Amino acid sequence: MSQAPTMTIEELLEEFEELLDWEEQCDFLIDLGFELPEFPTDYKSEANIVHGCQSLVWLVAEPVDEHGVTTIKIQADSDAMIVKGLIAVLLATYSGKTPQQILETDIEGQFERMGLNQHLSSTRRNGLHGMVQRIRKFAAQYAV
Amino acid sequence: MVWFSASASLPRNMQSDGMNASTSQFDPVAVREQFPILNQQLRQGHPVFLDSAASAQKPTAVIDKEREVEEQYFANAYRGRYSFGARVDEELERSRAVLADFVGAESPSCVAFTAGTTLGLNQVAFGWGRRRIAEGDEIVITPMEHHANFVPWQQLAKETGATLKMWPMTTDGRLEMSESPVTSRTKIVAVCAMSNVLGTVNPVAKIAAAAHEAGAIVVVDGAQSVPHSPTDVGKDDIDFLVFSGHKLYGPTGVGVICGRPDRLEELEPIVFGGHMIRRVTDQESEWADCPARLEAGTLPIVQAIALGTAIDWITDTGLDQIHAHEQSLLLAATQQLQDIPGMTIYGPDVAHKGAIVAFRMGDLHPEDLAAMLDRRGVFTRHGHHCTMPLHERLGVTATTRASFAAYNTIDDVEALVDAIRFARQKLRLA
Repeated sequence: MSQAPTMTIEELLEEFEELLDWEEQCDFLIDLGFELPEFPTDYKSEANIVHGCQSLVWLVAEPVDEHGVTTIKIQADSDAMIVKGLIAVLLATYSGKTPQQILETDIEGQFERMGLNQHLSSTRRNGLHGMVQRIRKFAAQYAV
Repeated sequence: MVWFSASASLPRNMQSDGMNASTSQFDPVAVREQFPILNQQLRQGHPVFLDSAASAQKPTAVIDKEREVEEQYFANAYRGRYSFGARVDEELERSRAVLADFVGAESPSCVAFTAGTTLGLNQVAFGWGRRRIAEGDEIVITPMEHHANFVPWQQLAKETGATLKMWPMTTDGRLEMSESPVTSRTKIVAVCAMSNVLGTVNPVAKIAAAAHEAGAIVVVDGAQSVPHSPTDVGKDDIDFLVFSGHKLYGPTGVGVICGRPDRLEELEPIVFGGHMIRRVTDQESEWADCPARLEAGTLPIVQAIALGTAIDWITDTGLDQIHAHEQSLLLAATQQLQDIPGMTIYGPDVAHKGAIVAFRMGDLHPEDLAAMLDRRGVFTRHGHHCTMPLHERLGVTATTRASFAAYNTIDDVEALVDAIRFARQKLRLA
């Protein structure tokens, strides 16, 4: 069953940065991937595939209205474990945030801080940016 | 359909004492010592380079030759009447002669330099095919072709109205020789001598004979085969052979189109300018003779010269010995990999393939696997390896591929197997 991410992005980044090297960080991402909330099988449709990834990635964003505030709920999954870990980072960053917050997030700065550009293959970086673009595009539709 | 060969039986030609005698002089560690890039120490030890099917590393002799040209006599080719230019011309012609000899070409003029296999195959497809293929003709290729020997023919067929036919494959990834699709309407049979994924070694001499009997020509993509075992375009009666320098321990950016003299005469240029020109007027142009006609623009001069040095290096090291050594690594890798639970190896048994092993482990994503192997200093390739139609037939979008070259050792095989065990544990499969 799908559940909210347990870690905030700040907690996640702090823990990530305390790790010694990419070895440990990679293991941490794999662990995050294993803890990713379950993705509904019905959502694994062609329309939800994020293109530009070498691995299969499905991503669904939906608006949630509560007390007059719209936030964006994001769910995603992949057939690759390290990508699932990266999805966990994106969900902690974006899911449950308002469209405005999503658009204002300096995601490049965050990737930089995590050293991802250095450690990910170019196809994985492209895939990651594909997911970010999909989320930002969705958020832009609901931005005030 | 299962594309899995469980058998790692020893090929017949490797069971003889003769083979043991020949490998006894071959010292892969001494070979590796000639490759500076492989002698550096990474955190995990020296790099375990298992991606030579994509691009091989270069021995000191090749690197030194490139430096020699750059530092001592670089100039443009076939133009200058000064000593540097003359030396460059001489070195290029020497390289051409070495290449011709290496693949059994009739003469050095049957060897044209090109940018690599991809451009070479496009030159053959469009330079030979565009004028000779018409609606209703057939072009035969195989499902295991690299996109470079697949897409040009597909596009040529679309352009001319010809039919693109596939040579059927067996379930273990060999060509079904009893089901030849060649007919009297076939004009071209284009086939790889060795698959860049399955490792399958195709019987090019038999395919050439079948093509010629039907009045077709045979075009061979030798990118994978030429580095691993002797090639003889004369004996095998190949019309066009195309291969790349960078898989032959040579530089990138240079490759070869080698053709029968009469076929080369029929090959029209598709790239114009530079020393391929004999005469140009406002209205018309005339081409130089082969091979110059196929060498438009400035050649990759340094690379083409150093490719000759790479061939010298292979010849000095001994191609037969390299082949026997690589096959022994392939056999060891196949035997050890298939003991790992969940392992699927694609392609035929070792007796029918060259030094490539493509595999998947259960549902593990090949990119995850490659990333985990990288953490152990083991460099493999993942993805569709530019063979999407083949992967569609395999029923997967990607595979992990390990490929072996002269400088790999049995320790590299052990490192691969250990790294896969590490990946299994980290990705919670163990």
